Amino acid sequence: MLSRVAERLYWSARYLERVENTARLVSVYDELLFDLPREVEISWYNLITINSGTEAFEQRYKNKDERNVVKFLLSDDTNSSSMLSSLKMVRENIRTTRDVLPQEMWELVNELDLFARQNIKQGINRSERHAFLNTIIEGCQKVVGLLAATMCRDAGWHFMIMGRYIERADMNTRILDAAVSQMLLSEEDEVIKLGQVIWTKVLKSQSALLNYRRTVRSTVNGAKAVSFLMMDDYFPRSQKYCMTQIREAASTLPRSGLIAANIDKLLEETNAVESSEELNQDYREHLNDIQVAIIELNHQITENWFYFRQGDAA
Amino acid sequence: MEKLSQDYRSAPFFDELIDHEGAPRPPARQLLHYLESLPPEELDKRRQTAEATIQEMGISFTVYTDEGNIDRSWPFDIIPRTIDATDWKIAEAGLKQRLTALNQFIDDLYHDQNCIKDGVIPEHIIKDSKNFRPECVGVSPAFGVWAHICGTDLVRDADGEFYVLEDNLRVPSGVSYMLENRALTKRVLPELFENDRILPLDSYPAQLFETLAALSPRQVAQPEIVVLTPGIYNSAYFEHAFLAQQMGAELVEGSDLFVDEDDCVYMKTIYGPERVDVIYRRIDDLFIDPEAFEPDSVLGVPGLMRAWRAGNVALANAPGAGVADDKVVYAYVPALIRYYLDEEPILKNVETYLCEKEEDREFVLAHLDKLVVKPANESGGYGMLVGPHSTKKEQQTFAKLIKENPRNYIAQPTLKLSTAPILTDKGEIDPRHLDLRPFILQSKDTYVTTGGLTRVAMKKGSLVVNSSQGGGSKDTWIVDTKGTEAKGE
Repeated sequence: MLSRVAERLYWSARYLERVENTARLVSVYDELLFDLPREVEISWYNLITINSGTEAFEQRYKNKDERNVVKFLLSDDTNSSSMLSSLKMVRENIRTTRDVLPQEMWELVNELDLFARQNIKQGINRSERHAFLNTIIEGCQKVVGLLAATMCRDAGWHFMIMGRYIERADMNTRILDAAVSQMLLSEEDEVIKLGQVIWTKVLKSQSALLNYRRTVRSTVNGAKAVSFLMMDDYFPRSQKYCMTQIREAASTLPRSGLIAANIDKLLEETNAVESSEELNQDYREHLNDIQVAIIELNHQITENWFYFRQGDAA
Repeated sequence: MEKLSQDYRSAPFFDELIDHEGAPRPPARQLLHYLESLPPEELDKRRQTAEATIQEMGISFTVYTDEGNIDRSWPFDIIPRTIDATDWKIAEAGLKQRLTALNQFIDDLYHDQNCIKDGVIPEHIIKDSKNFRPECVGVSPAFGVWAHICGTDLVRDADGEFYVLEDNLRVPSGVSYMLENRALTKRVLPELFENDRILPLDSYPAQLFETLAALSPRQVAQPEIVVLTPGIYNSAYFEHAFLAQQMGAELVEGSDLFVDEDDCVYMKTIYGPERVDVIYRRIDDLFIDPEAFEPDSVLGVPGLMRAWRAGNVALANAPGAGVADDKVVYAYVPALIRYYLDEEPILKNVETYLCEKEEDREFVLAHLDKLVVKPANESGGYGMLVGPHSTKKEQQTFAKLIKENPRNYIAQPTLKLSTAPILTDKGEIDPRHLDLRPFILQSKDTYVTTGGLTRVAMKKGSLVVNSSQGGGSKDTWIVDTKGTEAKGE
């Protein structure tokens, strides 16, 4: 596997996951609108903060309203993480690695890209947003399904696994952060009522609600939802699961020792939350630390496999 | 599409599908019958299906413009062009013969130059050739073959006979579109493949693989074959990726390869360096090795020529093969066939005037309004003068160019290029001029594609078929009419 190809596969999987997760993130907030008591304002701008997009956003928009936030997240081509930008990057990375991927991959990605571009207005206007985002999520899952069913489990596959799960882990912490910060913004007497709604939506956005019920067997509250999304051994979107997948994929590749050690350290620091009171400003810092560690992990993957140094032992 | 054959007329040109009486030619019989049975709305629906499919399949090519590079959808007409298998057999034999002679000629040029000593071709033509590479003198590629992949452009004149318009031996493009055109037609007109005996063409990637594998300097079970591309901004990038994928070869860019101190080529993999045996390069000679040619080029691989000369890697096409691409050399190909093979050429050349010959030049200058003038070493339809469609001012410009550099120009009579019907934007059936680019592979064995890429001038009356100049394309069917007759049609 060429180092360059490995890098592009890794990023194509990251961007594909980012497309799906951006759609999920927007739909959590969108659904909140339906279920929250009328007097509770949700802060769409939260989504910009948790995605570290404040600077770019403020250069483009004056008004921090729903429409601008959604536009920024879904369609803005000056935002390199927007859904359309990410989709474009998936397409570019696939375009240059078609020779190692299942043939239908290119076709599916093209279809998805065309659909997103042609119907992006539906995503921005509230009335059809849900259906639009759903189709995007389904489109991403179609690609993932194609890969699962037809891609050789060679090095290329393992790089895509690493890309997918590192992006998912990153977004997982951001979605949790979005919920925690929304909770912290709320008035004290609303918190209990709100908690149910918000954390149920978070679980739903990750397709985790039913799994949560089966595993946790309790009503939804912040501490339990966060613990489930951080610690569950079997749920494929939990932090622990993502990290374990990266560790396993890395172990099939040469020179993976350092990366495995770092993931072990990260896993040790991932803990359950005992009570919802713990979901405070400190916890947001904790989530931030995890994000920094994930960024560091990305650096190590890049250093280890994508920068070819002549003279490396074969 | 009733009454198609009654209304449709293409005279004085030879139409590939419909004869002068309005009757379908034998290989087109079932096709036309079928098309006429479709209501116009249905035909338009099929066209829309084709357009959507092209977008979904991402079949595109890149055009260079002042504003930058634009990725364009592949222009495709749904009505296939048909050729009788019997006619094609002759063309196929002619192409094999031509490429065999051309490869012997190139090999001769880089060794003893007997063809010059024996007076078959004047020495100065080679000496002044832009694509003769002194760096290649004395190199002996496997099987004596230099041009492993060639795209030769054929046209049919008013008499219906095939003529060779030009040979493309450097880095000919289009074969992926030939295959995609077939895939598209199968999706758009699936019913037709049940009845007609259309010869299949999907074996090209396998044949290309065999051709390349036979060149491997290391006798190993699985030689490492790579396709070397200049990258995504190249107009044929789609094709490079397509071929690599179809062959199961690595698609590499120059920066993925390096030449080590042992003069072997390696690619940079996650495991470390891996030896490369055969490079199907889609980069022009002058950019493949900054050490040997353009020092500023970042597309190529420093030391590649060194590795090739040492015999540690095979390059397809070999550097220097483009010397036979020269349109002045083209004029001598019939003589070269007689000289090397002692055979009469099966395929005719188009009559060609060499501006470097005084007599020819006088004639060309006096008839600029009737001739097509071409520079000797351009491709993609650039830098041409199409006499009958040109202005006085353009003719004056070309007269000046010819006088300044006669060696660089040839002229040919404007051919009455054959036509075939296309489905216009208005849903009408109208004749358009076309050519055909078959691909010839040569290493241990020689192989010619079944038909080739048909390119169509989409503008009425236009003779320019290059996709970079707005041309389109259609599927090309070699139809076994004997087979259908035997079945009792």
